Amino acid sequence: MMRAVPSRRWMDANRWVWSFIAAALVWSLTIASVAGRGAGATLGTALGFATFYAIVGVGQMLVVSTGGIYIDLSIPSVMMLAGYLSMGTMGARDAGLLPGIAVALAVGLAAGVVNVVLIRGARIPSMIATLASGFIMQSMTIAYSRHSTAKPAPMLLDFSLSHVLGVPTLALTFIVLTVGVGFVLARTTFGRSVLAVGQNARAAYLAGIPIPRTIAAVYIISGILASVAGLLLAAYSGGASLNMSEDFLLMSIAVVVLGGTSISGGRAMVAGVWGASLFLYLLVNMLNVLGVGAGVRYVVTGIIIIVVLALSDQHEGA
Amino acid sequence: MPTAAGEPSARRRRLDTRVMLPALALALMLGVIFLLQPRAMSYNGLRLLLGLGLPLMFAAMAQLCVIAASDIDFGLGTFIGLVNCVAAKYLGGSPLLATSIFVGLVLAYAGMGAFIQLRRLPSIVVTLGASFVWLGLAVLVLPSPGGEVPAWLTQLVRLHPPFVPLPIVVAVLLALFGHWLFMRTSYGVVLRGIGSTPASLQRAGWSLLAARSTLFGLAGVFGVIAGLLVTGLNTSGDATIGAAYTLLSVAAVIIGGGEFVGGVVSPVGAVIGAFIMLLTGALLSFMNVSTDWQLSVQGAILILVLGTRVLQRRQT
Repeated sequence: MMRAVPSRRWMDANRWVWSFIAAALVWSLTIASVAGRGAGATLGTALGFATFYAIVGVGQMLVVSTGGIYIDLSIPSVMMLAGYLSMGTMGARDAGLLPGIAVALAVGLAAGVVNVVLIRGARIPSMIATLASGFIMQSMTIAYSRHSTAKPAPMLLDFSLSHVLGVPTLALTFIVLTVGVGFVLARTTFGRSVLAVGQNARAAYLAGIPIPRTIAAVYIISGILASVAGLLLAAYSGGASLNMSEDFLLMSIAVVVLGGTSISGGRAMVAGVWGASLFLYLLVNMLNVLGVGAGVRYVVTGIIIIVVLALSDQHEGA
Repeated sequence: MPTAAGEPSARRRRLDTRVMLPALALALMLGVIFLLQPRAMSYNGLRLLLGLGLPLMFAAMAQLCVIAASDIDFGLGTFIGLVNCVAAKYLGGSPLLATSIFVGLVLAYAGMGAFIQLRRLPSIVVTLGASFVWLGLAVLVLPSPGGEVPAWLTQLVRLHPPFVPLPIVVAVLLALFGHWLFMRTSYGVVLRGIGSTPASLQRAGWSLLAARSTLFGLAGVFGVIAGLLVTGLNTSGDATIGAAYTLLSVAAVIIGGGEFVGGVVSPVGAVIGAFIMLLTGALLSFMNVSTDWQLSVQGAILILVLGTRVLQRRQT
């Protein structure tokens, strides 16, 4: 009993471990079902796809961590717009690489600033503010898509498909970035502010934490991460398309929650975003390998999201 | 007592401005449309202009029931798609089976409300998970778009009542019914109370479990109706047809005076909000602007109406 108590407390503070256990379990089941073939390849592909969920998931996680009233529904639209404008700027030429990247980042920054102005300036609830800005960006993309080639620079295409020691370069890059975000949350004033605002905004205010600046920062970071994800996903798929980000609204929220972050704010699990992204991709992959149709795949995914949520106590530790 | 007498009227005034603002916006949009295209002012003009609003207003009413509980339903659109698929596959051949599936779906919605209440879960994630379940079931029922829609359903949405076109008749009836249910019945007060003061509701002896299940069950009923209307209008089934209704229904409720927290909702406003969202498309095509920009206009209207509401509140 004496030993059980601290370990349980450790698990409580490190809920992200569960998402990795689940991912590992699904991975081993998949490998077992195909008699051990392609274990490394499966993991490599999973890392490649999970990267995109993880990039936007980290942004959504930061926003959600500042409190239950904050959420970013504009993520898929930012991805679309950034993907299209950057690919259009590149026009399949290496000379367009840097301008294209700059355009993508500008889209993310602008989206974040607009969201902050609507939420903090005009006092519009975050759900409606980001919904409205998302609508506007989505229709800008549709209008733009009528006359653009939207193909990546060859260098970016090569980079997005490249591997280092068998691991996708993109995944490696963003694992490093995620570790950075984890460090910022745990060790810096800004990171502590995000969590403090999420736990109790009133107390955070009385403690002198600049709430407007903190909220502004998380929305701008979320916008920029979404634009980077849009840029890379468009490159990875060989060009932008209008439906490339349609799953990402639900997925960005799902990976945050399944990773152990509290949806009501104040508790962030950076590693969990990766664990949950891997888990969700591997789960879909396993059902594919087992020859299950799309219908069953969706039903299983949905039930797992609900069951995991019901098992994790959302109110504790916040 | 002066305060007791003063309070209800002050509250009524605040509520009126809640509905007045979207009503004004709708009148303005209709005015511009009539100015640009006078023929739209006729019986048939209005019927065509507002026809697609039939499912949207029921979707908005479904979302309103959930928002009244200070919850949100991110699965409503795929739920409507599921109803659409079930109707297209079974309603013509075996209406009894189709009806029992619909009853089951409504019970599933009520169960979702009970589950959220019992486990104290965030509705946003539960309904998000449910949206995958609805979509999956819809794909299982109807793997590719198609199916056969019974003639009575397609004729129903094309009814020509005398003098007033069908969408307007239904809108008025729905708004009145919603208003009566939420604002005029005593249980309606309880239903809104779960979103504002659940603790005092519980202390007064009301079951939060029953109230939340009722609200979600009602949302299920309105969702099924919305799905049937989509089926009648489209004359086929498609698992992905409903996707847009999720966010549009939220927008309609909020633009119509609803708030995400506190059980503040207006059924009349939600119906008006649904028409505002709908008319953006017609407005653009009459102005000869590409409908590519429809989402932009919807976004801009959301920002304008909510921004104005905040300004009003600051002044009072």
